[in-house]
Amino acid sequence: MRVKVRYFASIREWTGLKEEEVDLPDSATAGELRDEVQRIHGSLRLEEGSVLVAINGYFAEPGAKLGPGDEVALFPPVSGG
Amino acid sequence: MIRVTADDFSIDEELRKIRAPSDGGIVSFLGTVRDEAEGERVDRIVIEVYPEMAVKQLNAIREEAMARYGVSEVLVIHRYGELRVGDNIVLVAASAPHREAAFDACRYVINELKKRVPIWKREHTPRGDKWVEGGRPDQG
Repeated sequence: MRVKVRYFASIREWTGLKEEEVDLPDSATAGELRDEVQRIHGSLRLEEGSVLVAINGYFAEPGAKLGPGDEVALFPPVSGG
Repeated sequence: MIRVTADDFSIDEELRKIRAPSDGGIVSFLGTVRDEAEGERVDRIVIEVYPEMAVKQLNAIREEAMARYGVSEVLVIHRYGELRVGDNIVLVAASAPHREAAFDACRYVINELKKRVPIWKREHTPRGDKWVEGGRPDQG
């Protein structure tokens, strides 16, 4: 399946992309997507805790299942306010 | 009552939106750009936002605050883009019949915003630029 992945802040700068489409096995998880992004953009080191994952605008645990057409976002811990 | 915007705002104009005859007060918090961070001078900042998710998260936080503290209304505006020292960053305001609930709700909303709304600051200092990631120890 294909999911749209959006990148923000330091993760966006490291990938050099605002977004891209990523192919994943059916019923892949948020954690597996993070690993796949790590594989595609080899120089990245996406350690748990240094990157947060959101699915369709809501925070997701690494074990959360993805569906076709989902919008996933990867970004660092937030610093607004 | 939730907005992420590049534009500045007028506090008077915003507070007018949540004034109501049944309320006895409004508590507001205005966050501004400080000229220093962790001992370094800050010249300006750039704020990046994931707008669709930020609006969802802020709506959820607003509803939590209203349910939890029984306040009448909660307003949140957060800016993005390039901001200079002293510029407005964020306005949180809560209106209620009595002040205690309004103080509590306002504090809750700004604290939750700092924890879970997808917004990031990049600080420009004389020694270069850096992303701020996560809360800092000096933040309550």
